[in-house]
Amino acid sequence: MHSKQSKWLWACALLVYGFLYLPLLIVVVYSFNDSRLNAEWVGFTTHWYGVLFSDEQMLTAARNSLLIGLVSSIFATFFGTLAGLSMYKYRLRLLPVLVLTPIAIPEILMALSLLMFFVTLNFSMGYLSITVAHIAFSIGFVAIVVRSRLQGMDESLVEAARDLGASPLQAFWRVTFPLILPGIIAGALMAFTLSIDDFVITYFVAGAGASTLPLQIYSMLKIAVTPEVNAISSLLMLLTLALIMIAAKLAPGALRASH
Amino acid sequence: MALLEIRDVVKRFGDFTAVNHVSLSVEAGEFFTLLGPSGCGKTTLLRMLAGFEQPDSGELLLDGKSLNGVPPEKRPVHTVFQSYALFPHMTVQQNVAFPLKMAGVAPDQIKARVAEVLEDVRLQQFATRMPSELSGGQRQRVAIARALVNRPRVLLLDEPLSALDAKLREQMQLELINLQKEVGITFIYVTHDQGEALALSHRIAVMSQGQVEQLDAPENIYSYPKSRFVADFIGQCNLLDATIRSVSAERMQIEIEGVGTLDTLPVAGATVGQKGTLALRPEKIKLGASVATGNADEVHFKGKVHDCLYLGDVTVYIVELENGMLIETMLPNAAPGRARFFDDNDQVELAWRFDAGHFVLA
Amino acid sequence: MSISTSKRVSKWLISGPPLLYLLIFFAIPTGMMALAAFRFPGDYGGLMPLFGTDAATGKTTLLINAQNWHDYITLDNFARFFQEPVFIELFIKSFCYAGLTTLLCLVLSYPLAWLIARSPKKWRDLLVLLVILPFWSNFLIRVYAWMIILGPQGYFAKVVNGFLGMFGVEPLQFLFTPFAVVLVLVYVHLPFMVLPLYANLEKHDMALLDAAQDLGASRWQRFWKVTWPLSLPGVYAGAALVFIPALGIFAVPDLVGGTDGIMIGNLIKQQFLDSRDWPFGSVLSIMLTLSVLIMAGLMSLLGRGGKRNAL
Repeated sequence: MHSKQSKWLWACALLVYGFLYLPLLIVVVYSFNDSRLNAEWVGFTTHWYGVLFSDEQMLTAARNSLLIGLVSSIFATFFGTLAGLSMYKYRLRLLPVLVLTPIAIPEILMALSLLMFFVTLNFSMGYLSITVAHIAFSIGFVAIVVRSRLQGMDESLVEAARDLGASPLQAFWRVTFPLILPGIIAGALMAFTLSIDDFVITYFVAGAGASTLPLQIYSMLKIAVTPEVNAISSLLMLLTLALIMIAAKLAPGALRASH
Repeated sequence: MALLEIRDVVKRFGDFTAVNHVSLSVEAGEFFTLLGPSGCGKTTLLRMLAGFEQPDSGELLLDGKSLNGVPPEKRPVHTVFQSYALFPHMTVQQNVAFPLKMAGVAPDQIKARVAEVLEDVRLQQFATRMPSELSGGQRQRVAIARALVNRPRVLLLDEPLSALDAKLREQMQLELINLQKEVGITFIYVTHDQGEALALSHRIAVMSQGQVEQLDAPENIYSYPKSRFVADFIGQCNLLDATIRSVSAERMQIEIEGVGTLDTLPVAGATVGQKGTLALRPEKIKLGASVATGNADEVHFKGKVHDCLYLGDVTVYIVELENGMLIETMLPNAAPGRARFFDDNDQVELAWRFDAGHFVLA
Repeated sequence: MSISTSKRVSKWLISGPPLLYLLIFFAIPTGMMALAAFRFPGDYGGLMPLFGTDAATGKTTLLINAQNWHDYITLDNFARFFQEPVFIELFIKSFCYAGLTTLLCLVLSYPLAWLIARSPKKWRDLLVLLVILPFWSNFLIRVYAWMIILGPQGYFAKVVNGFLGMFGVEPLQFLFTPFAVVLVLVYVHLPFMVLPLYANLEKHDMALLDAAQDLGASRWQRFWKVTWPLSLPGVYAGAALVFIPALGIFAVPDLVGGTDGIMIGNLIKQQFLDSRDWPFGSVLSIMLTLSVLIMAGLMSLLGRGGKRNAL
């Protein structure tokens, strides 16, 4: 490659990376800004973190988000792993459509249909409806990661296990399962992250009174923003970063396979 | 009674008939090879023996007992896979112990048996390594050790040497022959490499389009191919289409269009007027600047060198006869310092004895 | 139990639970929404009920029958969509925003994807991860970041307006404008374009470019005649991945768009949560779904055609 051309490309790339990261950096930096306004840098403070940790509403929302994330990711991982296995092994027509469409369509469509569904059935809107909805949209992500893990596995391994005396169930638990486990864990972490981050679907199916972190952040963005939002945002980014690092360690390629 | 019997087995995948009415039997202690081009049905047949596929009709019998409907794990038949299929999350030791564990062998016995079989394949110092830390040849040996450790009645080998380089392949061929002699287990070996099949096997079944074309000892397959396909598939061969003109007890006269009539050995069932192919191996043809004429047992042609292929140990010469036909011959480069005897367009003569070729009825 | 029965049992043990879950919580709600588009709104929002409970007996009965179905099923909602130009106009506007977003994403992503694909193998995964990482941070945070940057008191507005002021131009507002909507849409969707482009460009055989150069093609020709046509499947895949979610976006225009910047998603939300007109909201949703399906079909068709041309 010509060095001149390469320099240009690097400059472009650097600009794009800057475009991607600078805004997030600003959020973090302003979380330490000693001013109510997110406008000018005044001075360093950890005041907003103090505000955050004494904000009962925010802390309750955080607890709710973590709990919903935990429960929904467990179920989504269970259903998603089965769906991934089924999509890999059996040629069902309907399942891939049901698994993949929620990922492909705009979120608002799923959010509204679930809203109508819950209201029509007199399903009480709240944490249960949020969890149910989160499971529904996370299944696909887990299924894709698990399926790509299965596709990357040498098919003759299971045959070898059978050939050497393992029953189908033994072959699954001793060979298939340990080999796709990193994919399952990565899928679970993804489902957890998706649940914690979800705003649109949660917003529509939450009903009155339920609160999660994104809902809490949204209402602050709409009504009154203080750098407390920066503080919680920075902490959320840290959490997400940690989860992503674990997932990337366990299943390299899993993150890319999700798109 | 044969150890293994395949009776009129058919296997279809949709419209494609992979195995078409195959019957054969394999004796105990035999090194038996299924040879053929890809898609000929050899792998499907092997997979049916292992139990991964069920025949659509026909029967597989082991020791006289039907294998139909018996799942892979219940068959005393183990497979060495083309990809080796070593479990990547287990050490060499754990891989080899797997079939023993599945069979419910006591842990202390497992340890002893694994150590023993790893010694047989000279891998005892690699026992705690992961498969990813082994070379291709070592992985191959682990796969064989794992398949042999609980002494199956039959060992199936699916192109096990195809992933190795040429040098290692030759070495592994020798090891396989010795191993088979040592353990005395029946080997059924699938390959598309005719050289490998000739070198290893007691008997070879040459397959094409789902059927067995010829089943015989390697030397018979090579010297007396039963069909044009076998002659063409095994080694290099001149295939000359001809018509039978006369048949007697010792000789048969055939006419090759554009070349003339010549003598060859008679074949069973030959009648005057039948068409067929004379299969003539390059090494059976005499080639020289001048070849003595007048021998009643030989046919004699003049021609010129059309192409030369220098292969090191031998040089292959494609000779164009005066009537335009191309004949492949070869000369060993045995003389010191000699690499080539002829160049392109050199005038040469060639001859072959009446019993040099083998006539294949169409 | 025979082999084939136990195989069938395990097939349904594996496929059954996710199938059932998604049927109940995805397929049925989607079907309900599709049907709602043909119904009348209820007196107090929502839908006009199809079942009625008799106050005296407490029995629930189906109200709709062969004679009165006209009172329950209608095409009026669709007619309204086509008769009032404001809705079509909003759709066209949303298409423009999403299309512009897609184009900008493509222009920004192409050099980056090319560079990652050509960088040393050991770096590639890291460079790709760096593109994905911001995507995994909370969506609202990423929008919020731009609210800070574009805010009227922010450095960006001050610098730009200061510069414009030197030429006597009135100060501009950046936040709560269509400009902010497209900018933030580009920001949140950029990884969706980079990834498929990179996946495509990574597979290109560099020898092709050497061959083209060897045969006398200039750098410009090499790009337009070799790299670009071969990358078209990646371009179309990326375009679909950006355009579709961008078209249906709700939170971005809601937070940074102001009144001028609203899109289909905001209108749908309005119908469901504010006007409580579910049937018309469902019509809008169906129109959005159709748009999405058409775009997805078009992109996959183009992508396949591109692949065929490339071979």
